[in-house]
Amino acid sequence: MFWGNRKTLKMNYFPDEVLEHVFDFISSHKDRNSVSLVCKSWYKIERYSRQRVFIGNCYSISPERLIARFPGLKSLTLKGMPHFADFNLVPHDWGGFVYPWIKALAKSRIGLEELRLKRMVVSDESLELLSKSFLNFKSLVLVSCEGFTTDGLAAIAANCRFLRELDLQENEVDDHRGHWLSSFPESCTSLVSLNFACLKGEINLGAIERLVARSPNLKSLRLNRAVPFDTLQKLLMQAPQLVDLGTGNFVHDPSSEAYNKLKSAIQRCKSIRSLSGFLEVAPHCMSAIYPICANLTFLNLSYAPGLHGNDLTKLIQHCRKLQRLWILDCIGDKGLGVVASTCKELQELRVFPSDLIGAGNAAVTEEGLVHISAGCPKLNSLLYFCQQMTNAALITVAKNCPNFIRFRLCILDPQKPDPVTNQALDEGFGAIVQSCKGLKRLSLSGLLTDQVFLYIGMYAEQLEMLSIAFAGDSDKGMLYVLNGCKKLRKLEIRDCPFGNEALLEDVGKYETMRSLWMSSCEVTLGGCKTLAEKMPSLSVEIINEIEQMEFSLDDMQKVEKMYLYRTLVGHRKDAPEFVWIL
Amino acid sequence: MEVGLKMGKGGGDHVCGCEKVKMGFEETELRLGLPGGGGGEGEAIRKRFFSETVDLKLNLSSKESSGINPNEEKVKGLRQEKSLLPCANDPAKPPAKAQVVGWPPVRSFRKNMLATQKSGSEESTEKASGNSAALVKVSMDGAPYLRKVDLRMCNSYQELSDALAKMFSSFTIGNCGSQGMRDFMNESKLMDLLNGSDYVPTYEDRDGDWMLVGDVPWEMFVESCKRLRIMKGTEAIGLAPRAMEKCKNRS
Repeated sequence: MFWGNRKTLKMNYFPDEVLEHVFDFISSHKDRNSVSLVCKSWYKIERYSRQRVFIGNCYSISPERLIARFPGLKSLTLKGMPHFADFNLVPHDWGGFVYPWIKALAKSRIGLEELRLKRMVVSDESLELLSKSFLNFKSLVLVSCEGFTTDGLAAIAANCRFLRELDLQENEVDDHRGHWLSSFPESCTSLVSLNFACLKGEINLGAIERLVARSPNLKSLRLNRAVPFDTLQKLLMQAPQLVDLGTGNFVHDPSSEAYNKLKSAIQRCKSIRSLSGFLEVAPHCMSAIYPICANLTFLNLSYAPGLHGNDLTKLIQHCRKLQRLWILDCIGDKGLGVVASTCKELQELRVFPSDLIGAGNAAVTEEGLVHISAGCPKLNSLLYFCQQMTNAALITVAKNCPNFIRFRLCILDPQKPDPVTNQALDEGFGAIVQSCKGLKRLSLSGLLTDQVFLYIGMYAEQLEMLSIAFAGDSDKGMLYVLNGCKKLRKLEIRDCPFGNEALLEDVGKYETMRSLWMSSCEVTLGGCKTLAEKMPSLSVEIINEIEQMEFSLDDMQKVEKMYLYRTLVGHRKDAPEFVWIL
Repeated sequence: MEVGLKMGKGGGDHVCGCEKVKMGFEETELRLGLPGGGGGEGEAIRKRFFSETVDLKLNLSSKESSGINPNEEKVKGLRQEKSLLPCANDPAKPPAKAQVVGWPPVRSFRKNMLATQKSGSEESTEKASGNSAALVKVSMDGAPYLRKVDLRMCNSYQELSDALAKMFSSFTIGNCGSQGMRDFMNESKLMDLLNGSDYVPTYEDRDGDWMLVGDVPWEMFVESCKRLRIMKGTEAIGLAPRAMEKCKNRS
């Protein structure tokens, strides 16, 4: 085999450094993982040269083992809570604490430079420890995290001398309205990316102006609501090199001096390709940005209230190079028609609901989606909240856009059938999975029977993540998916009639997946116990918020929420009292 | 200020457009039976439907309209989540579908942002999901399981009291003053309340302290309440001095 006969020329003839150099060209996590499995020698070389590690479930491995295997680690990505936590289905305090990771890394010799966290609990203590433990720390990205305040941010600002990136996306931050921005020392001139759009409190305007003024490398700046129009204008004057801009408050009087100043400031910003924010805006204000629309590739107006159909279409007509568009459904079907005829380069579209009550105002329907599919053949990623959908429309979309990688459709009214035929949407989604051979992520909605799962199992060969709600008739549905989708990694199910038979048919399958979530289904405690017994490599968590429950519960009892995941390190020790690990 | 268990009286607040349960003080004996009808011990506890889970074995004089769940009709297999979301004031309007927890699947951050922006620009009479949900757990000493309530669905302590009363059917916050401020500084009244064997609602605030419900203006309460606990009056006595301390410090 490999390490026997030295007379045969093989890769291992080369010194390690050569192999290392070759491996440098391999950057994708999947590929590097594969490389490490080839032989012991490659495993060794790969692990010493690995700088970036992605851990999709922080409970699947321990920080100690991570550190032991990858001593050269520079960049770590960690994800904590399951996806459905975004929608309040996972109680607070479930877990996902980053502190033990930072503590372990700080004790080691790892020279951490970048930390990217998603859905984790991050305390101020963690941030402070992080800021003081790694001399070369450069980049902190927090997405949908919670548990910290602006005090923690102040520690990062004050102590990370070479900070390049501080990117806060949609976090729940306790804003102490302190002067965290002022904590950036005068000597800090290295910032490339600063995003604090999710902060709710006031900030020191003078501090942000001075910070931007001394950051010549600043390429991305996203402000929060508290930053007024005047300040924006001053900031743009200081940073004409910006590539990505998120405005704060964008309300002004078009006849004012400030408006004119902003217009000229913006015109100097010839590099802006990405625009977001408008956290407060009035329709007549948008003309100020027309000069930069022609070069935009990403436009996010999904947090801009009060912009309706016409305002939006007038703006979008200037954006011919748009590749990604995030918008509210007040754009309407007609508005989407304008997008379709203007944005021929569109690859990603997200249409969010503006009215969560579902009272039927200003929403989009299947019409809008059909327009888009006809006009934007490069579309590969969709998130679409709509009032209704038809099979015919989905079949058309599937024909027009065979390149979908992500297809997430949310019909606001659960279990709503095709309003024209009154049938389930099985055929429509079936067409999507059959046509889009590269589909990796799919979210279903509307009225659906077991049939749609048969199609998914048959055709969705590349599917990695599937989200199901209020769908299916029987265990068969879930079985079609588990048996058919060989590349499935994450499956999340709520309110479906899938039970023990489906859960237990192929227990080995779950070792090939990252995780399975099932809530309000037919799975019982007994079923979960059986699964846990058969598969010690899985952690089967029962989440229930019922206090004073005795452990000798009836096995026939249905389980409210079950979350299971594969793990190399056994049951976690930090589970709260309402989580029962079988 | 009336101490103790006032059932279904006062305020014409129609939290759910459902029948007000009228019962006398003496009939509100709370028993610790499991839900699901007589001798419920043997039955599996099904947390699926409101009407079942609320059926605590109480000695009620009149038929409890299991109307806590306004969404009585079961949309084909649609299951309700455990959390109570009292419906909007208009009983004639069908309950919004968005009251199912976690639906539509929009990140809470986005929902909250939308709500903040809306309340700034529109005058909204809708109390349903336009506002961010302030879901807090409610536990009651002696009850076998927790419930959840969305504080933003209520506009006053009285409404909250009604919602909780329906949930646990045996207590009330008591008479609140016109602004919902308790007459806290009057120590003798306070002692009367607490010395009773009645149940008293308390809450844990953001600082982790346990306070008596009703001591701060409603809006402030909604912002600071993390969870609710309905405890026996006698147990709550220890809270009162601290609560008063906090009140004094605040003002």
